[in-house]
Amino acid sequence: MAKTIEEIADFMFKQVSEAQEVSKKLKPGDLTKLAIKAFGDEGVDKKMGKMAIKELVLSGKCVYTYFGGSFLELPHREGAAND
Amino acid sequence: MPKEYKTPMLDELEKGPWPSFVKEIKLAAKKNVMSNDLLGLLERSYNERLGHWKHGGIVGVFGYGGGVIGRYTDLPEEYPEISHFHTLRINQPSGWFYTTEALRTLCDIWDRHGSGLTNMHGSTGDIIFLGTKTDELEPIFKELTEAGFDLGGSGSDMRTPSCCVGPGRCEWACYDTLQRCYDITMKYQDELHRPAFPYKWKFKFSGCPNDCVAAIARADISIIGTWKDDIKMDQAEVKKYAENGVDIFNDVVLNCPAKCMKYDGDKLEINNNDCRRCMHCINVMPKALRPGDDKGAIVLIGAKAPIVEGALLSSVLIPFLNIDDDEEFEDFCDLVEEMQDVWCEEGKNRERVGEFIQRVGMGNFLEAVGVEPIPEMIAYPRDNPYIFFEMDEDEEEEEE
Repeated sequence: MAKTIEEIADFMFKQVSEAQEVSKKLKPGDLTKLAIKAFGDEGVDKKMGKMAIKELVLSGKCVYTYFGGSFLELPHREGAAND
Repeated sequence: MPKEYKTPMLDELEKGPWPSFVKEIKLAAKKNVMSNDLLGLLERSYNERLGHWKHGGIVGVFGYGGGVIGRYTDLPEEYPEISHFHTLRINQPSGWFYTTEALRTLCDIWDRHGSGLTNMHGSTGDIIFLGTKTDELEPIFKELTEAGFDLGGSGSDMRTPSCCVGPGRCEWACYDTLQRCYDITMKYQDELHRPAFPYKWKFKFSGCPNDCVAAIARADISIIGTWKDDIKMDQAEVKKYAENGVDIFNDVVLNCPAKCMKYDGDKLEINNNDCRRCMHCINVMPKALRPGDDKGAIVLIGAKAPIVEGALLSSVLIPFLNIDDDEEFEDFCDLVEEMQDVWCEEGKNRERVGEFIQRVGMGNFLEAVGVEPIPEMIAYPRDNPYIFFEMDEDEEEEEE
């Protein structure tokens, strides 16, 4: 059965959470590749990956960060935030 | 009462006849405490020869991954007003055309929510708002969008496309840079606001080979106006230039990079087959010479400034594109998307497309994006192509 955008987003969220536990950062492109690798035979492609990332960000579950390049991470307080 | 800082080192930068950013910060500091603390921190950095800023991070507006560049100082207790000093990039209108009302609106928004300091415009082409706090980001964004503006690009996304003034003000424009810059901006909104690339990707549109936005040195995709037919010449005007003291032989003919011009003191001749469309002669004698009528654009790929690796100039990808034609423009966009797919698939983190091409080889890159190599794909005019052409069976037999 074809994957929905929500299911792909959930998968990506899990990837981001697991990566963050070991202080690893994932780029949006990495997530799309992982989703295609996991569900490519179920019709998941780049376009769906992109929509799932948008869903993740608009739901507030993940945020974009920039540390030399752009990454997707779980929302967290930044060390240097001065708040 | 804001703290008063002594700034002897910064004061040196106010001397001389040229504009001074220190003078502007001091003016802003009279009514803005952020600018005042900025003066203090900058003086300190100059004394210590040490930067006190941390750049990047997590700040942004909801749903966007670009447009805000986070900045914090490592001395928040001593300079509390600039403990946050985030930069915003705002997508400029094509060709930087504004009404005074639009400029006042922008400045009013910024006076209400930030330091009041702007950079009009940054080297990216965007309107740059310098210095605000995290809590002000969403209110600024709301007011900007209500006024018809949007954030630009930053991080690993498509950066805000920029173009020269084009046909809006310039008679040399070989295509409508303003329109195509706008079209690309609107077509790729997702790529602009949601970073998904290995690194930044820039489009820059120049209307003629004068390349006023320096596309050839900075853009991953440089679209530079050119023409295919002969330079249009008015011999009577050539004579007038000579009569008015222009040294045509030394200043025009000898400076021609292709050495394709002859001048016998009376008549100027151009061998258009050898002309490199550099615009030098046209720039010297604009009333006598003009670009031809068969106009379009040359598309080049792979330029970048030296950040991670050294600088690269872009090289030819499409020798001539009638970019004003909607169908050809759509084909061009399809090719761009194909190239982005290949780069996203195979590119390393923080590797610009020019570096990627250097790593994999132009021949392999062209094959991956489905473009046939042609002799015009050269690093420098009249130089050897870096593509190695393979003969097919018939050609090999013929050769034997």
